[in-house]
Amino acid sequence: MLSLRSGGSTILKKRHGVTEMNKGSKLAMGIAAISLLLVGCGKATSSSSSKGSSSEALSGKVTAVGSTALQPLAAKAGANFTAKNSKVTLTVQGGGSGTGLSQVQAGAVSIGDSDIFAEEKDGIKADKLTDHKVAVVGMAPVVNKDAGIKNLKMAQLKQIFTGKITNWKEVGGKDQKIVIINRAQGSGTRATFENAVLKGTDAVKSQEQDSNGAVQKIVGSTPGAVSYLAFSYFTNKLQAVSIDGVTPTDNNVETNKWKIWSYEHMYTKGTPDKATTAFLKYMDSKTVQDSLVKDMGYISIHDMKVSKDAKGAVTQN
Amino acid sequence: MEQTNFQLKKQDAQSHEWDARLHRATRATRKDWIGRGISYLCIGVIILVVASMLWFITSKGIATFTQNHVSLWKFLSGTNWAPDQGNIGALPMIVGSFAVTFAAAIVATPFAVGTAIFMTEISPNKGRKVLQPVIELLVGIPSVVYGFIGLAVVVPFMRHLVGGSGFGIISATFVLFVMVLPTITTMTVDSLRAVPRHYKEASLALGATRWQTVSRVILRSATPGILTAVIFGMARAFGEALAVQMVIGNAAIMPKNLISPASTLTSQLTTGIGDTIDGTLPNNALWSLALILLLMSLFFNALVRFIAKRGQLKNGR
Amino acid sequence: MDAKRKDFIATVVIDLIVAAVVGILVFLLAYILISGLPHVSWSFLTGTTDAFSGAGGIGVQLFNSFYLLVLTMLISIPISLGAGIYLAEYAKDNWRTSLIRSAIEVLSSLPSVVVGLFGFLLFVVKFKIGFSVISGAIALTFFNLPLLTRNIEESLSAVPRNQREAGLSLGLSKWKTEIGIILPVALPGIVTGIVLSAGRVFGEAAALIYTAGQSAPVTNFSDWNPMDPASPLNPFRPAETLAVHIWKVNTEGLASNAAQLSAAASAVLIIAVLLFNLGARVLGNFLYRRVTASK
Repeated sequence: MLSLRSGGSTILKKRHGVTEMNKGSKLAMGIAAISLLLVGCGKATSSSSSKGSSSEALSGKVTAVGSTALQPLAAKAGANFTAKNSKVTLTVQGGGSGTGLSQVQAGAVSIGDSDIFAEEKDGIKADKLTDHKVAVVGMAPVVNKDAGIKNLKMAQLKQIFTGKITNWKEVGGKDQKIVIINRAQGSGTRATFENAVLKGTDAVKSQEQDSNGAVQKIVGSTPGAVSYLAFSYFTNKLQAVSIDGVTPTDNNVETNKWKIWSYEHMYTKGTPDKATTAFLKYMDSKTVQDSLVKDMGYISIHDMKVSKDAKGAVTQN
Repeated sequence: MEQTNFQLKKQDAQSHEWDARLHRATRATRKDWIGRGISYLCIGVIILVVASMLWFITSKGIATFTQNHVSLWKFLSGTNWAPDQGNIGALPMIVGSFAVTFAAAIVATPFAVGTAIFMTEISPNKGRKVLQPVIELLVGIPSVVYGFIGLAVVVPFMRHLVGGSGFGIISATFVLFVMVLPTITTMTVDSLRAVPRHYKEASLALGATRWQTVSRVILRSATPGILTAVIFGMARAFGEALAVQMVIGNAAIMPKNLISPASTLTSQLTTGIGDTIDGTLPNNALWSLALILLLMSLFFNALVRFIAKRGQLKNGR
Repeated sequence: MDAKRKDFIATVVIDLIVAAVVGILVFLLAYILISGLPHVSWSFLTGTTDAFSGAGGIGVQLFNSFYLLVLTMLISIPISLGAGIYLAEYAKDNWRTSLIRSAIEVLSSLPSVVVGLFGFLLFVVKFKIGFSVISGAIALTFFNLPLLTRNIEESLSAVPRNQREAGLSLGLSKWKTEIGIILPVALPGIVTGIVLSAGRVFGEAAALIYTAGQSAPVTNFSDWNPMDPASPLNPFRPAETLAVHIWKVNTEGLASNAAQLSAAASAVLIIAVLLFNLGARVLGNFLYRRVTASK
């Protein structure tokens, strides 16, 4: 009796099932197709990546990851480079100097872009990496226009960023509270600024932003705000501040009269492949250094009359 | 006698065969198994994804305590966040995250529920044709755009309204309120629509006014759904980084009031992660923040689930 | 206070709330469109970006956004459909199910940057897929799954019980009832969920910075072979989306008109989301009519 009943219902199911079944199986097939696609993708990649390493003449895959400040220059130079060497696939990504150094050290990328020396970062074995300096960037304190500040003494700047001076009137500006905008802890720009200005003392805890663009906007719109930016990000809404009468210009950086500057580095690990070597050579060539680098507001590495080492010691060239 | 016995046996065999046929799965039943299998597989994939994320964050997050030997208590109760100098007190960010998440949820919920009631009970037509598309549109605005509108509109507004620099928890609350509104509203609408029609009809037939019906019948039976909507909204507020970071000031200091710069777990995480090196204390500390975030949302989840369960019991019986 | 009065007051309060919400929405949309639309032109929509300053058109980014969206949906809709059916139909009401639900919800509350870094370390670095559309699509799937699963489950459960009973009493199996009867009825709700998550995918930046990448190599739009490196359909090429582009222009862009560029790109993004929403809605209604044979 029991079996009969279930039998009856299955027969009924069968009769009704024809159309619905098709729908069900279509869905099932769709899902199966997707999973196949996923599996297929995995395979396709492994074959494509192995293709990259076996390079003759000039072909292959170059990936540069890291510093967002260096990214636009690297991307443009990369585009020009691949225009000439169509077999090379060159990818430039940001992610931050820390990511760049970590990944080049791990061997995951061919070039690690960084704003700071690898020696300055804990956890990076600098002796395993090769440094290629591709540009110099100058940075200057910037204040909101309303503060009425155009020049500061180095000592005053230090006192502002350590929280000793909290009102612009103490340094000859308007009666307005100082709002400090810092870059993120560990950022290359902040490290450069603090090495040159604070010289070892800790900055007061304050707002932190992680990009030049955010700093540019916030300082421009917040009364009493002060921060620091690379020269190329100056706008007419900001006041770049001279220090001890020295103006933040490329010429002053080249002679180290302006002290707040740093290199842009491209790090490689071990012996880079041909395509990477060619690209690094291209970065150092006159085509890039004399036009691209300058157009972007960076300073050419060829124009520098001094050089700085990882400890910050400056020597004449 | 023998013959009947034989016939009986034959009958028996026949019925056995019938039995076997009836017990064999038909195509429809097999389809049902396959369908069930597919849905189990899908949930399996999701569990796998969640599990790998959990493992990933946990293993990275506890490294601060197992490898760098920072005491858990110091991490949770410390107020000094300077990972580069080895100080990792996460309390300011924990307080900041809690404050903005709760504040945003508290502000947004009445608005979302009100709008949802309007869309389902008062004017379903306008709701479907105008409000719903517009609300869905809001979800598609990138957080970075919210951030910059917040910086251009909300921060100056708060500066004039309450003083200070304009950066702080109150500005973040305002921006998050707008960001979580679509999520909470749409999900509330769904749960209000899911209330069986006859509940409403019965109430109206008893002579209850619309508001009485809404407040005592519809909202009551939709409570678990609304609570889920609120958690999803809070989840979005929790996880939001780019927009909050621009308006909260992102300063790792204990928030003294609603208008002083503060920071959240996510804003610190996003700001710092690109500048740290894999495997070092600053990097591990950031992953520990992610771990807290994870544990906090687990906790909220459990809490709301508990409340929802109790609400359901009261309703049902 | 009598019930009628209370009803009146409540209605007024709700109307005010709606007015406030509408006011905020209108302000936001107007702000974005008014500041952006004047800078949108045909050459902006179809042109290529100058890698150096971020200036120029957004043609490639626009395409990337759509392509990434389609890929993400292709991966996440089937999975969340299956999972949604499991939760609505097969899952028993016990601690295990509630654990699964919590896990799904926790996944949705993770900050995008964490999901992005997970995708970066796993797909880009470990599996060596590189910065690519497919890495980005998988990372976005992680966001999408919780929202979509939840939505599908709710839409399925919202279908009146008697429809389910009718199906079962006709002798249909659970699965067939679900696919043949419940799913079509739940379709409009599911479409709304998909649209909603599509909007989020469209606007997501943080998770894509580390996975789909921030470069938009100029692609050859006459080459539609997905395996070719220069083809726009190749899932293994890096693909900067519109939202990532807006982020990049705002954070590191050197173009003198960065503000206008980002405003214009945001306006385009909003309009694209709008078109997508409308399209999905029309499609949802069409499907609903087709499957249920109702007018």
